[in-house]
Amino acid sequence: MTASTTTAMVQAEGLQKTYKGDVRALDGLSFRATAGSIFALLGPNGAGKTTTVRILTTLARPDAGSASVAGIDVLRRPGQVRSVIGSVSQHTGAVPQLTGKENLTMQGSLHGMRGTQLRRRVAELLGQFGLDDAAKRQARTYSGGMRRRLDVATVLVHRPAVLFLDEPTTGLDPEGRASLWAILTGLADQAGTTILVTTHYLEEANQYAGRIAIVDRGAIVAEGTADELKSALRGDSVLLELPDGRRAEQARQALARVPQVHHAAADGSVVRARVADGPRTLPAVLAGVEAAGVPVLSVSVARPSLDDVYLHHAGRAFGQAERINL
Amino acid sequence: MSSQHTALTPDIAQPQVVPAGAAAPGQPTWSDTGSRPGQLRQAWVILTQRYLRQLYRVPVVIFMTLIQPIIWLLLFGALFKKVAEIPGFGGGDYITYLTPGVVIMTAMFSASWTGMAYIEDMQTGVMDRFLTAPVGRGALTAAMLAYQGLTTALQSAIIIAIGWGTGATFPGGAAGIAALIGVSVLIAVAMAGVSNWFALLTRQREALIGASTTLVLPLTFLSGAFLSLQLVPGWIVDVARFNPVNWAASAGRIAVEAHPQWSTVGSYAGFLALAVVVTATAATRAFGSYQRAL
Repeated sequence: MTASTTTAMVQAEGLQKTYKGDVRALDGLSFRATAGSIFALLGPNGAGKTTTVRILTTLARPDAGSASVAGIDVLRRPGQVRSVIGSVSQHTGAVPQLTGKENLTMQGSLHGMRGTQLRRRVAELLGQFGLDDAAKRQARTYSGGMRRRLDVATVLVHRPAVLFLDEPTTGLDPEGRASLWAILTGLADQAGTTILVTTHYLEEANQYAGRIAIVDRGAIVAEGTADELKSALRGDSVLLELPDGRRAEQARQALARVPQVHHAAADGSVVRARVADGPRTLPAVLAGVEAAGVPVLSVSVARPSLDDVYLHHAGRAFGQAERINL
Repeated sequence: MSSQHTALTPDIAQPQVVPAGAAAPGQPTWSDTGSRPGQLRQAWVILTQRYLRQLYRVPVVIFMTLIQPIIWLLLFGALFKKVAEIPGFGGGDYITYLTPGVVIMTAMFSASWTGMAYIEDMQTGVMDRFLTAPVGRGALTAAMLAYQGLTTALQSAIIIAIGWGTGATFPGGAAGIAALIGVSVLIAVAMAGVSNWFALLTRQREALIGASTTLVLPLTFLSGAFLSLQLVPGWIVDVARFNPVNWAASAGRIAVEAHPQWSTVGSYAGFLALAVVVTATAATRAFGSYQRAL
């Protein structure tokens, strides 16, 4: 790792991992996350997000590929990586029978912190995360939101340069989610902490992540800011509702021959067609379907959302995704 | 809720950013196993404290582990009272013969559950938290074994007291009792290593329960823990020769005799120490297997 790569705080290069029974979790996954940003790995369950985080946090080893965190090679120097990262897994990670304060103190001690420095840091975090009143209660008595806050506080004791969170908002109520995202945004903005978060919540990635990488079948299929990803879809989507799946497939084939349609995908009895300008292309779209003799139940035009991006890259339409160039 | 993150954001201090290829100032570098020798030493103490604190928080566990040996002592003591009259026991009463056996069996039985704590840690995410912290795998094993050793010493002392209360005698005195506690700690730590190893390999509560229950009783009855080996079939004597439980039971029983043969106790203790090294090494290496499955 040379000094020129220090701007990329997290870097994954061609990661491959196959589990027992030929389950291919990662298939050449690569990305870079820059310092002081929130980087979201967005994808459905089983896409390879958790495996990626496990490799980056030194828990698992890839079959092939390389990765670095804060410029340190994850495979060659896992011990060094561990001292500069904080990692919150999908499970809590707090020892249930220890109090909030004891959990924080233990984590700090394991990172070599001692005495007044450690006590001050623990008190500071308990205050910041609203856990003062619960500090002397066992973690098993905490509510879901409190426990998540404790989880994040715990991995911040040693002031990590890079923070990993695997599906951190799963199971939290809306208030808990907003509170957690405020904390993460604050960390990235004020402290310059690089935050890598995995999520399958589109709206969260859309709202809070500086950059989003869409993960599907073990690889990044698209990457950029939410706006970049949406505008990469070029235009609007036209949604056609057909009587059944068979006719939806016929309509899709008909639409693939319409020159103005960049891409068409069938999802059940609905076909989504991607066009440059929805309202102006609508007549041509309908004419194309009509020419094939397929009856249309309803039609609507929508501006692209991250939903469309997601469906386009990670949904059932993925098979056709390779045909269009983003 | 909202007041706490307005307070949060301005207070967050700068993170430590470690420059590429070099450790942060004031921090020594260490090998890629994730442990510095000094840190390893401190980490195992911190983690041992954690287990002790947890035990203190759930005191019912202590109670449960004492119930069983009391039942063994009272039940077997009464049931086999006449056994000691059979030639081959060399006189003395059965409770005196039985007590060291129960001490060893209980030590092994409790230790066979040690891996449960690992499985619980895997399920709560605590294991991954530790493995992503700069803690050596050796420290994780050492902490668990130290904890098991400490609790076994306490447990054995209590069982010896109960045995004494029910009529057992320890002609060897304090030195003998200390040696008995010592070998009970050795067999417990060796067994804890096996349990941890197995927990990391299988990662399943049910598998550990199955293994523990199938292993502990045969190991106990293929030893001189409850019955003098002079009274059992020859093949059991042959098996017992290689059974660590028999090493511990024999060493413990000899140690509390009036004129113990310390050389025999010593060689048994030496074999047990070797077993500890083997199982602790296997348990530490099993973290690799656990992580490969992740």
